[in-house]
Amino acid sequence: MTRDTILEVRNLTTTFTRAGRVLPAVRDVSFSLGRGEVLGLVGESGSGKSVTLRSILGLSRHYGTVTGEVLWKGRDIAPMSERQLRTVRGREIAMIFQEPMSSLNPLLTVGLQLTEVLKAHTDLGRTERRKRAVEMLDHVGIPSAAARLDDYPHQFSGGMRQRVMIAIALAARPELLLADEPTTALDVTIQAQILDLILGLAREYDMGVLLVTHDLGVVAQTCDRVAVMYAGRIVEEAPVAPLLSDPRHPYTMGLMRSVPEGVAPRTSLYSVPGTPPALDALPMGCAFAPRCPSASAQCSAADPALSRLAPGRLAACHHPVSLAKGDAA
Amino acid sequence: MQSLAYIAKRLLLMVPTFAIVMVIIFLLVRLLPGDPAIAIAGDKASDADLAAIRERLGLNEPLLVQFWLFLTNTLQGDLGRSILMKAPALGVILDRLPTTAFLTLYAVTLSLLIAGPLAFVAALNRGRWPDAAIRAVFQVGLSMPVFYIGLVLLTFLAARARLFPVGGIGHGFFENLHQLFLPAMTIALYTSAIVMRNLRASIIEVLDAEYVQFARAKGLSSRLILGRHVLRNALISTVTLLGLSIGNLMSGTLVTETVFAVPGVGRLMLEAIFARDYPLIQGLTLTFAVLVSAVFLLTDLVQSWLDPRMRLT
Repeated sequence: MTRDTILEVRNLTTTFTRAGRVLPAVRDVSFSLGRGEVLGLVGESGSGKSVTLRSILGLSRHYGTVTGEVLWKGRDIAPMSERQLRTVRGREIAMIFQEPMSSLNPLLTVGLQLTEVLKAHTDLGRTERRKRAVEMLDHVGIPSAAARLDDYPHQFSGGMRQRVMIAIALAARPELLLADEPTTALDVTIQAQILDLILGLAREYDMGVLLVTHDLGVVAQTCDRVAVMYAGRIVEEAPVAPLLSDPRHPYTMGLMRSVPEGVAPRTSLYSVPGTPPALDALPMGCAFAPRCPSASAQCSAADPALSRLAPGRLAACHHPVSLAKGDAA
Repeated sequence: MQSLAYIAKRLLLMVPTFAIVMVIIFLLVRLLPGDPAIAIAGDKASDADLAAIRERLGLNEPLLVQFWLFLTNTLQGDLGRSILMKAPALGVILDRLPTTAFLTLYAVTLSLLIAGPLAFVAALNRGRWPDAAIRAVFQVGLSMPVFYIGLVLLTFLAARARLFPVGGIGHGFFENLHQLFLPAMTIALYTSAIVMRNLRASIIEVLDAEYVQFARAKGLSSRLILGRHVLRNALISTVTLLGLSIGNLMSGTLVTETVFAVPGVGRLMLEAIFARDYPLIQGLTLTFAVLVSAVFLLTDLVQSWLDPRMRLT
């Protein structure tokens, strides 16, 4: 179970300034990821999970201020220049995005978009690159791959486009894949196929995956461990099975209850009351306190630290809940 | 093969456009108060001349017959005789056309050379001082009339510094690059301001696009990202803008050719208007219509070359 850590994120904080307002999108996020591990990053829209992912690869700093450390195999890549980062991006850490239509350049053939990664990161010659590109497309399940190298993204269906993006991202055999909601834009039937593909390739290449999603069903199917984000912070972190069976943070519990499972037909669905706070108007204490059923005076006074409740289980809550104890009695 | 079919289709679509243009040109002379024959031949024409014109244009026939005559004459290349030049209008126009074509292409090239790099510098430094400085300078260029810029250039670079000739054209390509630099620059300063604003905005938009983020995440060099992924996408809207501003460019040549004494069709148009040389005005109007249509077609071709999504239609 213990794997050597390849990625360690320490106190990552990303702040944007828009129209004079300071927006803390990611606040003091720390976590680590083992070789070949699949870690889920879960939360609502605007909880900072995508920004966390982009901050790891240095994509957020073009838009805001990023502080903290991103230790990749022991080396801090956060302060690296764009030029230095080129040896990490695409080669050691790859990333795929949510929208396969807007993430592929509409004016370039998929062959070019695939081979340019190989050109940047390998010594392969022109014909070898094309050969490798065909193999890669074939490997991710594109039918008659060789004939499709000179096609443009718009000539592929949504699911096929996502496969193309995976092929591009994994062409240089990275050790870590950052996946930003890779199935959200796809049909439900295609979603499972794409997840299977990502997990299969991760196992095959012994590649770690940091999977951002808002879908707890996806988490249950795919992840080893989960970190739940709320208003830019990690509020709970645990291995997937205990987190799903026994959530300790009231927000995680609320998320779980909003998944319609074992609910009688035509009953109204549960949703966490209230809305997430605006990033420029975060409450003093715990950001979740205004929506929390078990909030106390302490909660609105001080933001709870992410602390260890049990081995492998972390939660940032003054009053952690426990289903296991309560229900067993 | 596919593109040939596309061009053929586009040319067919131009037929109705030109039908309307022809009607307007035809009515231009006939709607004027007074005798069209006098309008066409000028005040000093003899009775014999007027009779000949009435005969040739069928002015004694019904309007539809007149239009038919006008249409067949035009399609056969007979645009009438210019009063001013005392020669067939078509010949006069074709004589002057290459100069204007050269000037316009020269101006467009200069605009792109000025606007392209500066748009990149401004976009990549968005909100910082290089961006503010570039935009401020071009704002001045935009708010000054073309003829004024022309006169300023003429005064300082030609009359005082004597770096460039005051007017006229030279012989051959390279001589004209020098000779026509100031008039081309005059048009280019205005055009490049428009192009710069548009290109800067589209570069900024493209820089934020997911595919550029993906290109960065792939570990490509900045040069490759800007040259391959950003520039081409940003150019699509700029090409449209340049195509649409052909009308502006044309009116730019009208003024500029006059200021710099360049014998092109722009100045010819002004001379024809002042002289009430209706056959020449008609011919030039038709020429401008043909040029604008040709430029629109060219714009579409360039766009379908840039953007594969437009190739299927």
